[in-house]
Amino acid sequence: MAGRDERPGNTGSRGSRLLGCVALASLVVLGVLAFFLTGPDVRLHPTTGEEFGQFDAVRMLYLHVPMAVLMYASFMLCAAASVGVLVKRTPWWDVMAHSTAEVGTVLCGLVLVTGSIWGRPVWNTWWEWGDVRLMTTLVLFLLFAGYLALRRTTTDPRRQERKAAVVALVAVLDIPLVNRSVAWWENRTLHQRSTLEELKIQDLTLFTLMFGFLTFGLVVWWLTLQRFRVGWLERAAIDHAVGSAIAERRSETSADELDAAIGVTDEQAGEASP
Amino acid sequence: MTHLGYLMAGWGISLVVLGGYAFRLVRRGRSLSALVPEDRRRW
Repeated sequence: MAGRDERPGNTGSRGSRLLGCVALASLVVLGVLAFFLTGPDVRLHPTTGEEFGQFDAVRMLYLHVPMAVLMYASFMLCAAASVGVLVKRTPWWDVMAHSTAEVGTVLCGLVLVTGSIWGRPVWNTWWEWGDVRLMTTLVLFLLFAGYLALRRTTTDPRRQERKAAVVALVAVLDIPLVNRSVAWWENRTLHQRSTLEELKIQDLTLFTLMFGFLTFGLVVWWLTLQRFRVGWLERAAIDHAVGSAIAERRSETSADELDAAIGVTDEQAGEASP
Repeated sequence: MTHLGYLMAGWGISLVVLGGYAFRLVRRGRSLSALVPEDRRRW
């Protein structure tokens, strides 16, 4: 994971600092595009001539939709890394699975919150328990929250890595349900079918949405990179602490105590010595 | 609340949560880096 020149005091490298700066600048540009350069969604009713649409609330979608897509990507990466854990059993895959799951869960929570806030002015409701997409997304959030809770049940991540990998592979089965719910249960959701698939938007609106995907791609990349390094350091800290404790104990223990501990008598020790 | 109010709330919450999470990761990385010798940090 990028950057050989990490400083002793932190997890940043030249590459990750550059990535962080680019991601931050992209977020600022996305904000300018979403708030100032794109217009509100206002349409005229063909018969009554009355204004309708999402108005300013449409600007929330430049945040909500990219976060949802990057949430899918994070969880799919987590599933791939979990397969790596089960097949190769190396720490790298396990730390990667944990990192992508955590970043994906943060995004999933934000997708639920921003969707709910967007839904209040547009659908006139904060939450709809009968909406298939809302419920499958909530289930996805709870499944990965459970995954993260499982990983916190022990301080040593190695004790849970295989169980956690299986949980992640089960949890990720919900993603096709979330994604296709609007097509499979069209009458049981307030969500419309994919706007992008049907090319209902164009020009600056489409550009801003695409720029949102790029921006959140960079943000998620940076977050995953940092989380990976923290996870790697957590393992290294455990190893280092155990190694230090053993070395300290050895230095405290005299040769006689060691002989006694392994059952060697004084006579045997005398015979063995030249 | 107006549409703009909901909009500001949505963006505000998202940026605060993402910023807070990023800050927490950097801070945790710093505290762990102090515990681990450099030769063990070769990810």
